[in-house]
Amino acid sequence: MNDKMSRRDFLKSVLGASIYFLTGCSKELFQKRFQEMSPEEIKQMLKQLQAEYRKKYGININVKATPAIKGVIFGYALDLSKCIGCRRCVYACVSENNLSRNVQIHWIRVLKLKKGVFNLEKSEHYYNPKIVPETGYFYIPVQCQQCENPPCVKVCPVKATWKEPDGVIVIDYNWCSGCRICMAACPYRARKFNWREPLLLKDQINTETHYLGNRPRMKGVVEKCTFCIQRTRQGLYPACVEVCPVGARKFGNLLDPRSEIRYIFDNFRVFRLKENLNTNGKFYYYFSLGWR
Amino acid sequence: MLIKKIKIILKEFQYFGVGLFKVVFKGKKFFYIWMSFLSIMIFIGIIGYIYQLKEGLVVTNMREQVSWGLYISNFTFLVGIAAAAVLLVIPAYFYHFNPIKKIVAFGELLAIVAVIMAGMFIVVNAGRPDRLWHFIPLIGSLNFPSSILAWDMLILNGYLFINILITTYIGCSTYYGKEPNKRIVIFLILISIPWAVAVHTVTAFVFNGLTAREFWNVSILAPKFLASAFCSGPALMIIIFQILRKVMNFEIQNRAIFKLAEIIAYAMAINLFLMFSEIYKEYYSATLHLSSMKYLYEGLNGHNSLVLWIWIAIFFNIISFILFLIPKTRKNFFTLNIGCVMVFIGIWIEKGIGFIVPGFIPDSLGEIYEYIPSINEIMVSIGIWGIGAMIYTLFVRAVIALDTGKLRHPYYQ
Repeated sequence: MNDKMSRRDFLKSVLGASIYFLTGCSKELFQKRFQEMSPEEIKQMLKQLQAEYRKKYGININVKATPAIKGVIFGYALDLSKCIGCRRCVYACVSENNLSRNVQIHWIRVLKLKKGVFNLEKSEHYYNPKIVPETGYFYIPVQCQQCENPPCVKVCPVKATWKEPDGVIVIDYNWCSGCRICMAACPYRARKFNWREPLLLKDQINTETHYLGNRPRMKGVVEKCTFCIQRTRQGLYPACVEVCPVGARKFGNLLDPRSEIRYIFDNFRVFRLKENLNTNGKFYYYFSLGWR
Repeated sequence: MLIKKIKIILKEFQYFGVGLFKVVFKGKKFFYIWMSFLSIMIFIGIIGYIYQLKEGLVVTNMREQVSWGLYISNFTFLVGIAAAAVLLVIPAYFYHFNPIKKIVAFGELLAIVAVIMAGMFIVVNAGRPDRLWHFIPLIGSLNFPSSILAWDMLILNGYLFINILITTYIGCSTYYGKEPNKRIVIFLILISIPWAVAVHTVTAFVFNGLTAREFWNVSILAPKFLASAFCSGPALMIIIFQILRKVMNFEIQNRAIFKLAEIIAYAMAINLFLMFSEIYKEYYSATLHLSSMKYLYEGLNGHNSLVLWIWIAIFFNIISFILFLIPKTRKNFFTLNIGCVMVFIGIWIEKGIGFIVPGFIPDSLGEIYEYIPSINEIMVSIGIWGIGAMIYTLFVRAVIALDTGKLRHPYYQ
């Protein structure tokens, strides 16, 4: 086993060196895959990454790689009878997670539907009234459902995306080859692609970041909602939960019987989008009926 | 001793190189015009690709809703060509149909070129081509066996390797004035036939396995892919063979060409039947899964950019089927060629744009984004077709020179 590994490392270094000399490309090109790095290597890499960001954006960006907390699996619940379709969650997410402002990327999409209909094909994605909610309509925000059987992870040809121990699906942005098969595989349109170098304004960058989460991305890679792992792994709520003005968004540890999410399970009837696909998402919808 | 051996080997390479250069790059006026034309195509492609590398895939019209487009369409089509090119081998070696035996090499070469082109389309489709080394087994992190794309990558490269092995072996034997060992050739070909079927099946499975896209998530996909490949592949070869006969004075019997046309007729019958089965299933059950098909065939909520194209494809496929079915029109070169062009265009639409794009429309949250390839995508695609045509031209010239004895080892001349 040991012997095999060393040969593999040898091959890697030979290939790396030869391509390095041939193309004169930067060293980050031959960075290891995040899951294969030792803690020491991760430390080293994070340091390097921060230096690179300093050079690129002219500010200090703190990049952490906080691991999942033991005994925690995150779950999310969204109250459809409360959501007013204001899209504050969308834009809180944009600034929290350093999403590209041009081409605009949104990890959350809010769909407007006529009351009495639950067919996504009839939904309006680009509604823009002066005041929400509009009478006769209701709203469904959709983001990554953090599936237990993630179709996107299954299809990735280079293991650039995986499920973390706390149930969150993450991407190593430095490993993704941009083939976009995960986007074709996702039934919730949760995966977004950086069609060009993402535009971030220096004074709007969130400098508290996670390697697998909201750190600034590069051109040509896929990204997605991570339930704000930079926040949730420190005991904070995701930005979208915190910003919601009507308290439609609930978040917590599925394994803790006293958590908010388990309270929802106990007291309301929840359902998931496209249950027939058996993706087993950890993003639940419910109706706290009688609220309005 | 060793130095002497190396010297001999180098000398051999020199002989071969000079000989090859003489026969491959020297030709009549038409050859130079053709090569300049292809060079212009390649130049257009390079410009497009450089621009795409600089700006990112934003220069294409692919977006979040339709995340694959013209590049993957061409990829799918070319894998079909590659698989079908080896089909030629079956009548030649199993039924000892000699007229085809002679042209098997051209089929194998076409398979090689088609796989190379398919690979190039994958490269230009990637957002980070600098990281494609992650696909290399052991060195990268190939997600095998979970990812079907990983299977596809392995099986396509294996196919490329087998076909290169066969053609190199036959070519080398001929170069040294020997008859290739029949047992070795047949052994390799026996591997390559199921491999050709596997190549296209796995490519179909890449799309087939995506539950999020109802349009692709149908079990009929792999057989349909094979059927349509066995239309477009032979159609392309019939055209190529006629050009070879005219331009290179290379003798190819009519019987071989008509046999290929007959194969197209059978394959097209199956293809049309499978298409009909699919249409019946979706339209009669009329669930929400119908939306993509509706978008393709009749337009959805006023969006109908593919409708004209798919009906052209269906019309071409049906007409060509009739042309190839009737012996009289099959054996008339005028109608035969019309049929071949129709098949080529028809299948290119049907399993290219007409297959990839509706998979994304409406997208998984019900939005309709109409995709039309951007100028940049078309430029890059033109470049890759140019590269393919150029490689094939040079390959074919080498093979013909070997076959006619113009390219021989000096000792065996």
